[in-house]
Amino acid sequence: MEFPEELKYTEEHEWVMVEADVVTVGITDFAQDQLGDVVFVELPAVGTMVEAGKPFGVVESVKAVSDVYAPVSGEVVEINEELPDAPETINTSPYDDGWMIKIKLSAPAELEGLMDADAYQEFIEEEG
Amino acid sequence: MRYIPHTEEDIRQMLETVGVGSVEALFEGVPAAVRLNRPLALPAPAAESELLRELGRLAARNATAASHLSFLGGGAYNHFIPAVVDQLISRSEFYTAYTPYQPEISQGTLQAIFEYQTLICQLTGMDAANASMYDGASSCAEGVLMAVRATRRRKVLLSRALHPEYRATVATYCRYLELEMIEIPFDAAGRTEPGELERLLDKETAAVVAGYPNFFGVIEDLAAISAAAHDCGAYLVAAVQEPIALGLLKSPGELGADIVAGEGQSFGIPLSYGGPYLGFFAARKKDLRSMPGRLVGETVDSEGRRGFVLTLATREQHIRREKATSNICSNEGLCALMATIYLSLLGKQGIREVAKQNLAKAEYAKQKIAALPGFSLPFAGPTFNEFVVEAQEGADVVLGRLEAAGILGGIALDRWYGGMPGRFLVCVTEQNSREEIDTLVAALAGGGR
Repeated sequence: MEFPEELKYTEEHEWVMVEADVVTVGITDFAQDQLGDVVFVELPAVGTMVEAGKPFGVVESVKAVSDVYAPVSGEVVEINEELPDAPETINTSPYDDGWMIKIKLSAPAELEGLMDADAYQEFIEEEG
Repeated sequence: MRYIPHTEEDIRQMLETVGVGSVEALFEGVPAAVRLNRPLALPAPAAESELLRELGRLAARNATAASHLSFLGGGAYNHFIPAVVDQLISRSEFYTAYTPYQPEISQGTLQAIFEYQTLICQLTGMDAANASMYDGASSCAEGVLMAVRATRRRKVLLSRALHPEYRATVATYCRYLELEMIEIPFDAAGRTEPGELERLLDKETAAVVAGYPNFFGVIEDLAAISAAAHDCGAYLVAAVQEPIALGLLKSPGELGADIVAGEGQSFGIPLSYGGPYLGFFAARKKDLRSMPGRLVGETVDSEGRRGFVLTLATREQHIRREKATSNICSNEGLCALMATIYLSLLGKQGIREVAKQNLAKAEYAKQKIAALPGFSLPFAGPTFNEFVVEAQEGADVVLGRLEAAGILGGIALDRWYGGMPGRFLVCVTEQNSREEIDTLVAALAGGGR
């Protein structure tokens, strides 16, 4: 299982890639593995304001339906338009093609509360 | 039905169990001012035979399709119900499980719902139907809510020619949702005014809602409405209050509707003084996951045997209830079964035949009434089995006169549309013989029955 060093992680199993004041968000390899085959993804509309810790979308697999939580607060500036038509991308490429949304940060300090790859790995080992 | 009273001893035991001294003490928490401090004002106990006689006497005061010649429609239709419908639904397997709460063990119920969904899809020309809703009006309201979810817009245009009670139900469902509701007037043909529709439509519009046929019995130009709605990215919600019409008309799906909601009472469900009825609901495949209620799907088990399951109901009662997209917590299982039996008995040809009879008889009645002095047909649009009549002497006067002659001649429209004192809605179904129609016409003209 992969946990790229350059990303940040949440306890809700989202990953965050920071590029200046915009972050890209998706769910981790661990999350997609736990969910199994993803069959449906629901994303917010561009322009939606999201709040750290509040759900912004839904991922449904053959096993479960889960909310996806915003790791940081801000405005959704882009969504992965192809994802709803090919939700299985989350299984095959969770960190690249399976990205979900891009958020323009409104409170950059929130990033400090996120885990790095090592901390996240430790976190899921403890949880599991 | 059995009546099981509780004895003094039962009351004593119950109070003892909950640890309260008296019935008065039990209700201590209820303020004295709102308590009823006397027995209910009921007549003395009666024997079962006496009760039945009394209930029979009260029931006989109703004017019904059995006691009178009936030409009432307006959302509840007097159609013939083959005896086999009642016979089959009376099987206890169906009668007891009104909705599958432990779905996968109720394979018979699930299969019946699956067949029902298939029939509704064929009838409406849509991709997917849910397992049914309460009635046509609530189904229409759910259609509006779904269009709002799917388009993420908040403005809804409702045709004024849509059933007034459907409009009222939509208003009730949406009262606290901060949606903008605007009514589109109707034109001289009795159809949704195309110019006003164009004027009101914009990029904020989530849905246009129109009846098909509409409340006046007039067949809307659904293709034109859907094209106008789609130009603005809005959904067309077609509300079908009389689905027998779909035996002859092009389906709403073919004409571009995004959501088809309607009332299934016409399919083998008795008038029953207004319910229980059957709401049907169908949508496009792309919107499958925004649908309210529950769906039954077909699958295979681990040994490859065909089976049925509740599916795509992730937001309703079963999981993630807090995320439910509607407040529907059941389906009209037995009514859906009645419709399924009715539709499968009649088949494609049968429905067409019933529809043809409705149309032909209504057209005959229309011509005869239009030819009467003092009566006219105010709306020029094509109709199915219902049409509006205008009487010089006032609708209430005419209908009162007819009722005294044993004829339920129609529904006065002034109740919903102020300034229409002379207009009433007449419905003619396959149940009305030519002789009955002639009797109606003669009575309208002033003759007795």
